[in-house]
Amino acid sequence: MAVMTADQILSIEERYPQVFQRPLHKRFGPLLLFVGTLLYFVYAVWFFNLPQVMRESHWERLPLFLTQWISYDVQPTFPLDTPQIEPKYPRFSVLGADPHPDWVKTNADGSITVLVNGPAKSVTFTKTVATIIANGQTVQVSMISGKPVVSGAIPAWITAHDEEVVADMGFVGEVRVAADRVKVRKRFLGWANFVFDPRSPFFEKSPSEVISLIVSGPELKPGTSNLALAANNIWYNGQWQHGDVWTKLLQTVVMAFLGTLLGGIVAFPLAFFAARNITPSGLLSQVLKRFFDFMRSVDMLIWALFFTRAFGPGPLAGSAAIFFTEIGTLGKTYSEALENIDDKPREGVLSTGANGLLVQRYGVLPEVIPVFISQTLYQWESNTRGATIIGAVGAGGIGLKLWEAMRTNSNWANVFYMVLLILLVVFIFDNISSFLRRRLSRTIHDYNRMQAEQG
Amino acid sequence: MTLSVTVHSDATHQAADAWRRQTSLRRLYTAMGVGLLLVALCATMWFADEANAGHFFDRLPHIFDFLSWLIPKDWNDVWRAMFDIASPHDNGTQEYNFPLGRAYVWGGFYVPEYFELMLTTLNVALVSTFIGFVFAVPFSFIAARNLTPHPVLRHVVKRLMELLRAFPEIVIAGLFAAIVSIGPIAAIIAIGLHSIGALGKLFYEINENIDMRAEEGLTAVGANWFERVRFADLPQVLPNFMSYTLLRIEINVRASTIIGAVGGGGIGEELKLSISRGFGAKTLALVLLLFTTIFLIDQFSAWLRRKLAGEQAFMMGA
Repeated sequence: MAVMTADQILSIEERYPQVFQRPLHKRFGPLLLFVGTLLYFVYAVWFFNLPQVMRESHWERLPLFLTQWISYDVQPTFPLDTPQIEPKYPRFSVLGADPHPDWVKTNADGSITVLVNGPAKSVTFTKTVATIIANGQTVQVSMISGKPVVSGAIPAWITAHDEEVVADMGFVGEVRVAADRVKVRKRFLGWANFVFDPRSPFFEKSPSEVISLIVSGPELKPGTSNLALAANNIWYNGQWQHGDVWTKLLQTVVMAFLGTLLGGIVAFPLAFFAARNITPSGLLSQVLKRFFDFMRSVDMLIWALFFTRAFGPGPLAGSAAIFFTEIGTLGKTYSEALENIDDKPREGVLSTGANGLLVQRYGVLPEVIPVFISQTLYQWESNTRGATIIGAVGAGGIGLKLWEAMRTNSNWANVFYMVLLILLVVFIFDNISSFLRRRLSRTIHDYNRMQAEQG
Repeated sequence: MTLSVTVHSDATHQAADAWRRQTSLRRLYTAMGVGLLLVALCATMWFADEANAGHFFDRLPHIFDFLSWLIPKDWNDVWRAMFDIASPHDNGTQEYNFPLGRAYVWGGFYVPEYFELMLTTLNVALVSTFIGFVFAVPFSFIAARNLTPHPVLRHVVKRLMELLRAFPEIVIAGLFAAIVSIGPIAAIIAIGLHSIGALGKLFYEINENIDMRAEEGLTAVGANWFERVRFADLPQVLPNFMSYTLLRIEINVRASTIIGAVGGGGIGEELKLSISRGFGAKTLALVLLLFTTIFLIDQFSAWLRRKLAGEQAFMMGA
């Protein structure tokens, strides 16, 4: 930038005093606002007791939960106090009732090798000694003295407790060695049994096998075709509950659609009586406007709680809650659109001697219908996004299912599955709605242009 | 109304014919659309009714049972519940233990329980709106087509904001409830993240409509991107930003009430408990308090918005 002399600076200052000598409140306003916000934050930190909450929080759980969204684990336990070492799996193991995975090997000498991640991360053990291999190191754990003892130096990835030696192998899993048992956690990427659960006869079959069974195989369950059986097995998958999830998702979509549409239908005639330029009575307009305010500000949550008490939990209660809230929202926006119309077409229709209803139909409606539809679509879109949340208080839909899956702290993969479905639905409906609105606004645009051309 | 067309020539005749054909075609489309909507309406109504625990027509006569049961024995109990004053009906149950929730601030001076809960809900809304604002402002300048420092960055930020907007708040709340324990902090994170996406979208749409001459002036004197945004663009858009932020505070008060009902603390949680247990006086006190607060916030922010940005602040957007 060019360098100015002091005289030039002075002359500029003299010419524009409003820039250089601003009133106090303008000069210090932003600063005061900033200091005020800062003070508020000190208060908020104190109010929410943030330091203590942060001390007591478990941030180490976040990566753990996030990995559980996209992976699953198998946890065999090998009791060492039985004559023969045999793996035991938890009751609801994803491997099914009789698992013989190829990563658990019984060696010729009776010892067992578990490949947590190939031979590079593995554990080989007998009843007396376990050899853990990971990170290029080999560690011997002896169980002779009645508790596990690590021989030699303990690497950083091994934690030796009194009763247990824990070898952390990172994402792929961990090995826990105690005197009487060895416990392995092996983690896999992806979702286990997403299509067929262990109870299904199609479990652990490759896609080509399943297809050939469906097309030409013998009936696995007499009396039902294989196709129907497969579909049934998928729909009633015990772990993923596809049928239930999809039904609940449909409920959420239906709630938003039904609530918004009914709200629009009820708000439509009411808005005419609330619009000050159309209704003959000022009192009626005021009463209706306050009614709209009431319906909106009682809040979707309260309506949802009220209707779950009245109708019982389910999508009917949710639809009714959205319906009541939408009467308020759409009633307000509709009547505002009506108040903003151009009066000339109405006067034109009025001058032909048409009655009240015909004036609305031919003089007012063509102007506001695109705006009404656009606003309704917008609300529909935003309700599709919001309807999951009132589901959690019992108003039906996927919200409650989501909340329950999260509360158990174990079904994070299920949570992620539902989140993906919700995102997909929201994405689709957002696009439909914005496509329709674009089409509509083009119509409005064309209409305005034609008006302008005709003068 | 009837339309009389006097036939003068073949051309006019054809034009009138074409007009009639077009009109009838459009009427057909409209009728089909409305018919389709009606079918969808009936189908969804049937579906919602089938999937519900109680059915519409069975429950309809009983719909006012709940309301009648909300009516307290003594209307004064509503005020007593609101201000934590002992009720003469106190029989040791939770329904009438009003003074139990008193939070003493100084000697005998106390804040009634429900006011404190309402304050929590309000603070959750304010803090999360602020989080939304702080992140949405820089994001909106990156995401605006006319101001973006880099087109790839713009798409990344836009997609991120879309994701934050569409991601169910309840999932974020649930995830963080498992980390920082159930309470207002999880609610703040959930609503704050959502606000970033929602405000960011509104903000960048404002940015895309600004007058570019100020920006051109600063470019001419060699200002860099930050200086241009700070001195040319921000002053133009700030009133609109503030107006949308005020609108967001209103929305977030509702959102924090709802998140509260599923474990985010504040008045929502108490309201849900009170309704599900059927405490008439307590429920009425809570609803009254919530209603008044939301109404006051609506009025105040409407007044402030009108001052800041004029009538355009009342366009749709959430």
